[in-house]
Amino acid sequence: MAKKSTPFEYAPAPESRSIVDIKPSYGLFVDGEFVDGRGSSFKTVNPATEETLAEIAEASEADVDLAVRAARRAFRGWSRMSGRERAKYLFRIARIIQERGRELAVLESIDNGKPIKESRDVDVPVVAAHFFYYAGWADKLEHAGLGPDPQPLGVAGQVIPWNFPLLMLAWKVAPALACGNTVVLKPAETTPLTALLFAEICQQADLPPGVVNIVTGAGGTGQAVVSHPDVDKVAFTGSTAVGKAIARAIAGSDKKATLELGGKAANIVFDDAAIDQAVEGIVGGIFFNQGHVCCAGSRLLVQESVADELLAKLKRRMGTLRVGDPLDKNTDIGAINSREQLDRIRELSDIGEAEGAERWAPPCDLPASGFWFPPTIFTGVTQAHRIAREEVFGPVLSVLTFRTPAEAVEKANNTPYGLSAGVWTEKGSRILHMASQLRAGVVWANTFNKFDPASPFGGYKESGYGREGGRQGLAAYLKGADA
Amino acid sequence: MSTTAPTDPAPGLAAYSEVTAGEASLRRFLHGLPGVDQVGAEARAAGLGTRSIKTTAKAWALDLAIRMVDLTTLEGQDTPGKVRALASKALRPDPADPSCPSVAAVCVYGDLVGEVKAVVGSEVNVAAVATAFPSGRASMAVKLADTRDAVAAGADEIDMVIDRGAFLAGHYLQVFEEIVATREACVRPDGSHAHLKVIFETGELQTYDNVRRASWLAMLAGADFIKTSTGKVQPAATLPVTLVMLEVVRDFREATGVQIGVKPAGGIRTAKDAIKYLVMVNEIAGDDWLDPDWFRFGASTLLNDLLMQRTKMTTGRYSGPDYFTLD
Repeated sequence: MAKKSTPFEYAPAPESRSIVDIKPSYGLFVDGEFVDGRGSSFKTVNPATEETLAEIAEASEADVDLAVRAARRAFRGWSRMSGRERAKYLFRIARIIQERGRELAVLESIDNGKPIKESRDVDVPVVAAHFFYYAGWADKLEHAGLGPDPQPLGVAGQVIPWNFPLLMLAWKVAPALACGNTVVLKPAETTPLTALLFAEICQQADLPPGVVNIVTGAGGTGQAVVSHPDVDKVAFTGSTAVGKAIARAIAGSDKKATLELGGKAANIVFDDAAIDQAVEGIVGGIFFNQGHVCCAGSRLLVQESVADELLAKLKRRMGTLRVGDPLDKNTDIGAINSREQLDRIRELSDIGEAEGAERWAPPCDLPASGFWFPPTIFTGVTQAHRIAREEVFGPVLSVLTFRTPAEAVEKANNTPYGLSAGVWTEKGSRILHMASQLRAGVVWANTFNKFDPASPFGGYKESGYGREGGRQGLAAYLKGADA
Repeated sequence: MSTTAPTDPAPGLAAYSEVTAGEASLRRFLHGLPGVDQVGAEARAAGLGTRSIKTTAKAWALDLAIRMVDLTTLEGQDTPGKVRALASKALRPDPADPSCPSVAAVCVYGDLVGEVKAVVGSEVNVAAVATAFPSGRASMAVKLADTRDAVAAGADEIDMVIDRGAFLAGHYLQVFEEIVATREACVRPDGSHAHLKVIFETGELQTYDNVRRASWLAMLAGADFIKTSTGKVQPAATLPVTLVMLEVVRDFREATGVQIGVKPAGGIRTAKDAIKYLVMVNEIAGDDWLDPDWFRFGASTLLNDLLMQRTKMTTGRYSGPDYFTLD
């Protein structure tokens, strides 16, 4: 009786990129000015098309030294400025971010590959919220429960990843500045453009020169930033391997450090969960931002009694995900950020198949050029599979099953990581019990990937240490206040 | 729309005969359905609302939306003259453009069915509200007489209301039996039957869990369509309520093989809103439901906005409200 009608084809709805002016080449942002680097340069490409976007200066050790010196000079004035005055700058930056929100969102999508829907509705609004939130703390630090007269640390060296270029910048820069520190920030080499646009925003906000310095480059530049002797504080978000290297590099120095590293989060669905919303949560948990999320719900633990029903619904839902042009407003999954990352995702997925897990992806046409990977799930995965243990950092979900709550806890905690977890059940007492048992920095209940500046974020075990966000996030940038 | 004779329940439905055999089993079944997380359902509906439907897709969606409208007037002040005018509009929504499709149906009170029928003939369906609409507070005999009257007057579709009081009191079997009885009252002497739409008044049921239970209850009782609201209670149709109902009809077809239609009614006033609903139909229930046989809008002012947007798509200009008829 079902009558088939013509399919509802959504016409392309691209966001215009004319709002963004990408220069052919960019220098470094040091002491309030854009300057040429002394090192070589590298290219940043649009991962959706492989087109070269701009030539970026690669900061040498000498460039980093100049930036740290500028930050040190600026620290004198910035740290002595009253909190109320510092707040004015942060509020101004937050407002400019909102005003230039569309520009930032488009540039982020072009350089990173994430869908405009996400850069526009998640990244940029949360970035502005972070600056607003920490602007509010700047004149209330003595009331933060971190001592009667908390003092800034000095110069913070910050190294951020490519998955949320602007958001990670905000998580690092906003609390540092609110507490009276100055910063030298290195964005990831594949996504430097929004950080450089942020530098322009700092100029527009009349931020005193040297308070924010941005040095672009790859691993070598990052190493120069974190190991510079005059850097008092290191903040890093990225892979566990690099995090360990940083911890080794600064061991024995008096640098303070916060590290936010990898994850292999369990998203646990009980048989009494609101099943349609759980499916949404699973999809959002692993396919948001192409799965380039350290807290992604990359291991689905589903109770055996509902596994078949849930997987059928999940596959149906995955069939409606739209993969393609990041600037199209209807795109759900954009491009993988780099060829290197794409290779890694392919490699681990092939290993998953070779180890006997069953691979499934909905039929979808991927663009001919650019870096793409379809939303993929592996069923029949066990704790012994590499795809259940290693961070894929891509749109790849491993599905495992459990029989009892105790088994769910055991499997969820059986990982070297401990950044986040999700619990899906309509039973409130079970949520509280699970939250107390799971060794993860964040436990979401009946939701996933929710971020708010007022809520601290950080990991257990190999997922790092220290907390970012909230009142706790201040402790990482104040003397004597341990996170 | 086809009006087929009631047949034996589909084999898939027969499996549920034990569920509806008694109050206790029906309650156990309805309360055993998976819950709906309010925050999650509302977030999903809002997310689908950000889809951007442009150019050819928009033109296609506007025409489909016009074909899905149940053009409605349910006022104490309705007169034969008023409903005849509305019926003319249903046939030719845009007199200036013969390519503009007719709407799906005209929806009126039962006593005015004949007036509408005289104008539209069999080109557009006539839907009548029945069973002591909108409150549903009358004896069963009155509700059934109300229904039979409308069917006898030529109604193609009956929009009944459930007894929300009985539902909220947990008397699910009573609600079930009322729907079954109303469906029997929809049968014409020749054995065909008027299509039955069951209105929940979701604004009174309040929770999405209740909406999911009422939807299963009505579908098991033989509804052809499930409908959100009377339009007399706020909130009427919302995107999340419709989302939950679309999930249910999708699951129901999966379980029984029987496809049921969905009709949000009340509060949908703009073409932009209508397109959001169509996106939701497409992505939640699937494109099998993108047809006036399976999805309707209960609306009155919506039609003119659809027409204005349609004219804008073809001419590139917005015309003033005086270029569109008032009824």
